[in-house]
Amino acid sequence: MNFYGLVDGSEASLKTYLNKLSGVDQVGANARAAMLATRSIKTTSKRWAIDTAISMVDLTTLEGSDTVGKVQALCTKAVRPDPTDSSVPSVGAICVYNDMVGVARKHLDLIGGEHVPVAAVSTAFPSGRASIEVKVLDTQDAINAGASEIDMVIDRGAFLEGRLIDVFNEIVTIRQVCGEKAHLKVIFETGELVTYDNVRKASFLAMAAGADFIKTSTGKVAPAATAPVVLVMLEAVRDFYEMTQKRIGVKPAGGIRNTKDAIKQLVLVKETAGEEWLNSKLFRIGASALLNDLLMQRMKMDNGYYASPTYVSVD
Amino acid sequence: MSFEYAPAPESRAITNIKPKYGHFIGGKFVAGSKHFPTINPATEEILSQIALAGKSEVDAAVKAARKAFNSTWSKTSGKERGKYLFRIARILQERAREFAVLETLDNGKPIRESRDTDIPLAAAHFFYHAGWADKLEYAGLGSSPKPLGVAGQIIPWNFPLLMLAWKVAPALATGNTVVLKPAESTSLTALLFAEVCQQAELPAGVVNIVTGDGSTGALIVNHPGIDKIAFTGSTEVGKIIARSVAPTKKSVTLELGGKGANIVFEDAAIDETVEGIIDGIFFNQGHVCCAGSRLLLQENVAEEVLHKLKNRMEKIRVGDPLDKNTDVGAINSKEQLAKIVELAKVGDSEGGQRWSPACDLPKKGYWFAPTIFTGVTSAHRIAREEIFGPVLSVLTFRTPQEAIEKANNTPFGLSAGIWGEKGSKTLWAAQQLRAGVIWTNSFNKFDPTSPFGGYKESGWGREGGRHGLAAYLKGVSNE
Repeated sequence: MNFYGLVDGSEASLKTYLNKLSGVDQVGANARAAMLATRSIKTTSKRWAIDTAISMVDLTTLEGSDTVGKVQALCTKAVRPDPTDSSVPSVGAICVYNDMVGVARKHLDLIGGEHVPVAAVSTAFPSGRASIEVKVLDTQDAINAGASEIDMVIDRGAFLEGRLIDVFNEIVTIRQVCGEKAHLKVIFETGELVTYDNVRKASFLAMAAGADFIKTSTGKVAPAATAPVVLVMLEAVRDFYEMTQKRIGVKPAGGIRNTKDAIKQLVLVKETAGEEWLNSKLFRIGASALLNDLLMQRMKMDNGYYASPTYVSVD
Repeated sequence: MSFEYAPAPESRAITNIKPKYGHFIGGKFVAGSKHFPTINPATEEILSQIALAGKSEVDAAVKAARKAFNSTWSKTSGKERGKYLFRIARILQERAREFAVLETLDNGKPIRESRDTDIPLAAAHFFYHAGWADKLEYAGLGSSPKPLGVAGQIIPWNFPLLMLAWKVAPALATGNTVVLKPAESTSLTALLFAEVCQQAELPAGVVNIVTGDGSTGALIVNHPGIDKIAFTGSTEVGKIIARSVAPTKKSVTLELGGKGANIVFEDAAIDETVEGIIDGIFFNQGHVCCAGSRLLLQENVAEEVLHKLKNRMEKIRVGDPLDKNTDVGAINSKEQLAKIVELAKVGDSEGGQRWSPACDLPKKGYWFAPTIFTGVTSAHRIAREEIFGPVLSVLTFRTPQEAIEKANNTPFGLSAGIWGEKGSKTLWAAQQLRAGVIWTNSFNKFDPTSPFGGYKESGWGREGGRHGLAAYLKGVSNE
């Protein structure tokens, strides 16, 4: 592997590559994100943003209590989020634990949802605390069951200890397991990396190692996808594109619960990485509750009044 | 379809602009004799007719201020004065949206800035100085500080209400009464502030507002009944004022022009630095005396910073100031636009490379696209003269010493910015720079607790903070 010619696979070259990154000023990044949150998105732009956001949702259920029935219901919703309105697009993907991948894939294919991919959380999600052998098997198992997207977690312990090469190699290994069969999303758990400097460093590390997407969080740790963290990651994919001509996707996950938050994410994308990233191939939002709010806002725009929450389905 | 932002204009229905205004003297609105129009610079629409104060009006205002000082205000306790200031601050907050919309209509600045910066900061200045009013004995300015008397205050058009607050709040807190003249092109929020004084039941004559042009300003400066002149505006006018008051007993503070250096070291956090450069020069269309109008880039990062700066400038939204998504609004007046156009032409003829992002400027009104000039040296006029518009001159340097030399090589000394992640270097640079306000890893951040003012031709005295109180008290040095 040539890692875009940025690193040669050695620890020294990885260090050289990452040391060249400029720092992130926390106050400045917060201020920029806060300013972009003041954008006022109305009428036609709001309608476009709602539909686009729906198509970007990775509709997620990651609970110990998940059942076959719940996953099947979620799949039905993923294909036609609003059963009364066929103009509502399907969501970006279904995101489940490994053992539910087969259930989800089978049900999606059954109901005409062949176009909706199944994403599996992998590599000992959410903690990442397992041997590399287990992580490889975990990933292989998900792909065998029909997952075409793998959401892996990085080893945050190794990252914080400074064993960046171990984090890098793990991503490279999982990338190889994915091969042509699955897209790889790399989860940083930014709430555990804490600083924006770390987020920027992790972004460039993961992109060079072969990530197709970089993802903020597991949804199990707070804070998750805060606006400044997403800003820093969007700046990273923008800069990486200039270096390599390769566009890497971004997936904020966790804490984006309503339409307003989702639209703020789209504003961040537009004004940071650019319009090229405003589609489900390059931007996803990991969420569960968000979809219902998007649907209710959509109905409100059509009907002029807020419908009762009983007009959207619960899991 | 792409993600275009649909228009999101703030409603102007909240404002109630009268067809014609007079002056505010002795607590009452009095009719003016001669009038001139005030316009919305974004549309050239005439908003109202503003009165031009002559000798009789200025005399009446000074007389009312003197009377209020002698009979009421100098006898009012600090605690009581503080109550009025708190009341004014609260009313400004309550009527913030009305003030913001009016400021944007009259000035041309984006509603996002008037709403999020100008009006909240103006209220903050009143809150801050309200707190000082009964604590002056403990400000370290003498055991029994005394007010000067009647202050004549002349303010500019770039931050109309905010500059009024910078002037009126400390004057009132320290026990002075005022005669204030807003700028010719932006009188409306000052006249609305007069209503706030009535609403707060401020004793008559403590605040008097006369409108007019430079001739009115000269009448105030030369009035024998005034004890202190506070002026914010151009260095050219500041020099005239300094000459006029030199043979008199008047004390004076001047807040004048600038050509702020924004220094970017190689170790700066580039993305946030780019934001800071944008804030430094395009905030308020560059109509900022402390703007970071000279960008000094360390040569080894110059290319990267310029590349990112240009990309970021492509995303600046220029247009209707009332639209909540507008970043850069209209140039305040035809005269100012002509000055910017002329200096930009000078930049071209001196061999600077001009660059602006593609942007559709409205047909009506006064507009100038955000612009940078690269290939500029310290010898160029656009690196020396204040343009007071959205025009950035870019210079480079190789060593920190060279950056300081270039930054200080100006007759001005109002502001400077330093960008770098290495604390020892930024602190060292801050010590070397001869400027009144220095920001590190930020730019154009204001707070009433922080004194503001200039070195050299950027002015005399300080406004804000404990230092700013000194400018309105007897027997205390202004510096």
